[in-house]
Amino acid sequence: MKTLSKLEKILESGKFAVTSECGPPRGVNPDVIRKKAELLRDAVDAINVTDNQTSVVRMSSIASCIILKQMGLEPIMQMVTRDRNRIAIQSDILGAAAHGINNMLCLSGDHQRFGDHQKAKNVYDLDSVQLIQTVRHMRDEGKFLSGEPLDGVPGMFIGAAENPFADPFEIRVPRVSKKISAGVEFIQTQCVYNLEKFEQWMDGIRARGLHKKVYILAGVTPFKSVGMARYMKTKVPGMDVPDELIERLKSVAKEKQADEGIALCIETIERLKKIEGVSGIHIMAIEWEEKVREIAEKSGLLPRPKV
Amino acid sequence: MIIGEGKPIQEILAMIADKKKILVVGCKGCVTVCSAGGQKEVEILSSTIRLAREKEDNPIEIREETLERQCDPEYLEQMRSYIDDYEAVVSLACGAGVQFTAEKYRRIPVYPGINTNFIGVTVEQGVWSERCQACGSCILHKTGGICPIARCSKSLLNGPCGGSSKGKCEIDPDVECGWQLIYDRLRELESLELFEEVVPIKDWSTGRDGGPRRIIREDLKS
Ligand code: SF4
Repeated sequence: MKTLSKLEKILESGKFAVTSECGPPRGVNPDVIRKKAELLRDAVDAINVTDNQTSVVRMSSIASCIILKQMGLEPIMQMVTRDRNRIAIQSDILGAAAHGINNMLCLSGDHQRFGDHQKAKNVYDLDSVQLIQTVRHMRDEGKFLSGEPLDGVPGMFIGAAENPFADPFEIRVPRVSKKISAGVEFIQTQCVYNLEKFEQWMDGIRARGLHKKVYILAGVTPFKSVGMARYMKTKVPGMDVPDELIERLKSVAKEKQADEGIALCIETIERLKKIEGVSGIHIMAIEWEEKVREIAEKSGLLPRPKV
Repeated sequence: MIIGEGKPIQEILAMIADKKKILVVGCKGCVTVCSAGGQKEVEILSSTIRLAREKEDNPIEIREETLERQCDPEYLEQMRSYIDDYEAVVSLACGAGVQFTAEKYRRIPVYPGINTNFIGVTVEQGVWSERCQACGSCILHKTGGICPIARCSKSLLNGPCGGSSKGKCEIDPDVECGWQLIYDRLRELESLELFEEVVPIKDWSTGRDGGPRRIIREDLKS
C-alpha cells in the first residue's frame, strides 16, 4: 500500500471495485453536491469529482472533493491540464493532500471549444501522461518538479482515463503502457457500449500483460432515452454506440426507455465482470445519480466491502 | 512562412477616420506569397479606402508603397525621404513588420492592415495551414516530422486524447487530429517504437513563456 486510499486498499486486496462520479454544481451551493454524493454512499467505493467537465465552469473539483471528504466519503479528484500550469497543479495537489484527498485522476480535459468559455486561453503546460509523472514524482521522490524537496508527500493513488474507442485504435494499448511507464496505478475507461471492441482492446492489454500492472475499471453510462443514445453516438467525440443499442431503445415505448437503458447497463456490467483483467466498474450516471445504487445492486455489486 | 489575412475594411477605416493623408505600405516577403499584404493587396486596399472616403465626402490622399521587407532596417530606410509628408502608415506586413516600422518612424502612428495568424504552409491555392508555433526547441525528429504542439489542439506531447475520431480532432470535424497524422507517419516510417517513449515535461522557457526572445550570433555581428 502506497497510500491511505480506500480504493487502493480494495483493489490491492483483489476485490472488485465500484466507482461513480459526481459533477459539481454551477454555483456556490454545497448542498447540490452533498445531495448527489449522499445517493452514492455505500453504493460505490469511491466517487470521481469532475473538473469543469466539457469546459463548462463549475465549482472546483478540489473544493467539491473536500465537501465529500467531510461527509466521510472517498473522493477521486479529477484534474485536467487544460486550465493549470505546473505551478498551479503542484499547488493544488498539495492542497488536496492536506485535506486528506487520496485519489487523483489525471486528464488532459475537453478542449474549451466544447464549453461556455470558448474564448479562453488554454494552458497545456503538461499533458495527462506528464501529470501522472508529476504526482508520482511528488509522492515517491518527495520532490517538486524543480527538484526541490517538499515537506511531507501527497499520498495520492494515481489514476488516468483511457478511451478504447477513440482513434487510432492501434495506439490505445500502447498509450496505456505509456501511462504505466509514467506511473499510473488505475485506469477508468470511457463508457463501454461496444463490448466487442472493448474485448478486443482488453485482448491487447492482456497480450502485453498490462492488466497485471494497472487496475482497469470499465466505464458504463446508462441511457435515459433513445435521444441521449443518439446524442452520444453523433455528438460526443470518441464515443462508440452500436446501432443495435439504439434500435433496442427505439423498440420500447418512450416511458419505458429509461428502464431499458438501466437493463442494458446492467447486462453490460455482467459481461464486463467476466472479462479477465477488468478490476472494477466505473458507473457514470450523468445527472442520474439516484440510479447508481439500483444498477450496482442489480449487477450483484452490493454490498460494498468494508475496508 | 508567416501567414496573415486582411483586416475587415471597417476596422481599418475606423483607425484612419481622422486622417487625410496616409501611406499604405506592403511587404514583398511572406505576406505577398500568402496574398495578404503584397503590392496587389496594397492597391486593392488603397482604392477601397479612397472609394469609401469619397462616398463620405471626406477624401483621403494615399501613397502606395511595397517594400522588399519590413523586418529589415535596410529596406525600411527607403521610406525616410517621404514618410514625414504623411499623417499615418497602414502597414500590410506581418506584426513584426508593423512594429519595426513603428520603431523606426516614431513621429506618426503605424496601423496594422492585416491580422498575422501563424507560421504555416500553402496547402493549395488559397488554402494555408499552421505548422509551427516557434517553441524554440524542435522535437520533429521524434514525432514523424509532424508537430504535436502546433497540430494537436491541446499540444499534447504523449499521444492522442480520447476525442480523436476517424482522423479528426474533437474540436471540429474539419480539423485533422495531429496525433493521427503522427501515428500514420510513424507507422509508415516503421518507427512506432518512438511513440512508446514517454516524452518528458517540456521546457517552455525557450518559447514565448521565457519572455521576448532574441538571438545573438557573435560570428555574424558587425
Ligand atoms: S483529437 Fe487529436 S488533435 Fe485534437 S486534441 Fe485530441 S489528440 Fe489533439
